[in-house]
Amino acid sequence: MNASAIMSMLLAAPSSGNQGFDLGRMMAIIIAAIFVNNFVLSRFLGICPFIGVSKQLDSAIGMGAAVIFVMTLATLGSWSVYNLLLVPMNLGYLKTIVFILIIASLVQLVEMILQKFSPSLYRALGIFLPLITTNCAILGVAVLNIDEKYSLGYSLVNAIAAGIGFTLALILMAGLRQRLELADVPPALRGKPMAFLIAGVMSIAFLGFAGLGG
Amino acid sequence: MSLMKDLTNGIYKENPVFKLALGMCPFLAVTTSVENALGMGAAATFVLIASNFLVSLFRNLIPSKVRIPCYIVIIATFVTLVDMVMHAYLPALHKSLGIFIPLIVVNCIILGRAEGFANRHPVLNSVADGIGMGIGFTMAMVVLATFRELLGNGTWLNMDVLGSAFQNQPLLIAILAPGAFILLSFIMGFFKILETRKGGCQ
Repeated sequence: MNASAIMSMLLAAPSSGNQGFDLGRMMAIIIAAIFVNNFVLSRFLGICPFIGVSKQLDSAIGMGAAVIFVMTLATLGSWSVYNLLLVPMNLGYLKTIVFILIIASLVQLVEMILQKFSPSLYRALGIFLPLITTNCAILGVAVLNIDEKYSLGYSLVNAIAAGIGFTLALILMAGLRQRLELADVPPALRGKPMAFLIAGVMSIAFLGFAGLGG
Repeated sequence: MSLMKDLTNGIYKENPVFKLALGMCPFLAVTTSVENALGMGAAATFVLIASNFLVSLFRNLIPSKVRIPCYIVIIATFVTLVDMVMHAYLPALHKSLGIFIPLIVVNCIILGRAEGFANRHPVLNSVADGIGMGIGFTMAMVVLATFRELLGNGTWLNMDVLGSAFQNQPLLIAILAPGAFILLSFIMGFFKILETRKGGCQ
C-alpha cells in the first residue's frame, strides 16, 4: 500500500449528506471523533493547550471540561448562525470571521455567567476560559461540522465526542508527564521535546484505531 | 538598522516555532509535504504582514480595552481573503490544506505579533517583523516537511530523490501523524544541544 492510500483511509470522514437520524451513523461519528480522528493526536488541533496544560492531572481535567463545554455551545451557535442566517443571505464566505466572533463572545459570556451564578465552577475553570478562544480545536470543530454538512444533532454529537477525545488525550498526557518527573531524561530532550516524543508514541497507539467504526 | 534587526529577529533569534513554540497546530498538520509547507507558509506570511501593517497603522485609534477583538477581526478578514484567492487560483493546494486555512485565524503567532509587537511599533518596523516572522515560520515548516517527505515518500517538492527502491518501502510513519511529533521532538532536541554548545557550561 502506498502512503497516500493509507493517509486517505486514516483521514476519511463518515460520508455526508444524510440528514435523518441514524444510531449507527451516530456511533460511527462518536468513535471517529474520540479515537480514529482524535483531535489532538491525528488531526493536530489544540496542540498548544495539549502541551501547555498537561503538566498536572487536575488542570488537565479542568481544561478538558471547559473545552467540552465551550465546544458544544460554540457548535450550537455557529451551526445556527451559519445555516439560519448566513446561508439564506448568501454570505457563506463570512463564516471564518463570524465563527471566531461567536466563539470569542461566547467565551466572554460563559465567563460572566459562571462568575455570577457558580463561583465555585468559575474558580475551577476560570483560568482556562480565556485560553480557549485561541484553541484551534473549537474553531476547528465548528468549521468541520459545516464542511461535513452535518445536521444540528450530528454536529452536537461530533462536538461533544471531539471534546471527549481532546480531554482523553490531555488526561493520558498529564498522567504520563507526572510519571516522567521521576524519569531520567537525556538533557537535550528535557521539557517540550520529551512531551512531543510522548505525544508521538501515543499517536502511534491511536493509529491502531484506524478503520474502526467504518 | 533597527529595521534590519526586526526583520532578522523572527528568522533565527526568536524563531516562532523552534524558539517560542507558537503555531504548533498548522506546523505539525501541513508538513506532510514541502509543497504544503510552502503554501501554508505563504498564506500565513501574507496574513502576518497585512495584519501587522493594519494593527500598527491603527494602534493609536483602537481603544486598548477592545483591542483583542479588533485584532481578531482584522486577522479574520485577511484569512478570508487568502481563503478565497487560494480557492480560486490554487484549488489543489486549497484542498490539501483544507481546514487549516480558516484556522490561520487562531494561529498564535499572528495574534501574538499583533499584541506583542505591532501595537507599539511604527508601521515599517511592524511590516519588517511580519516578514521576518513569516519567513521564520515558513523555514521551520520546510525543515520538518523535508524530513517527513524524504523519509515518508522518498521525494522532495515532488522531485524523486531516494529512488524507486526506497519508494516501494518508505518509512510510512514519517508522513503519518506520529512522525510529525517524533521528528519535531528530535529537531527541538537538536536545537537545544546547539544552544548549550554555544553557551558553554551553565
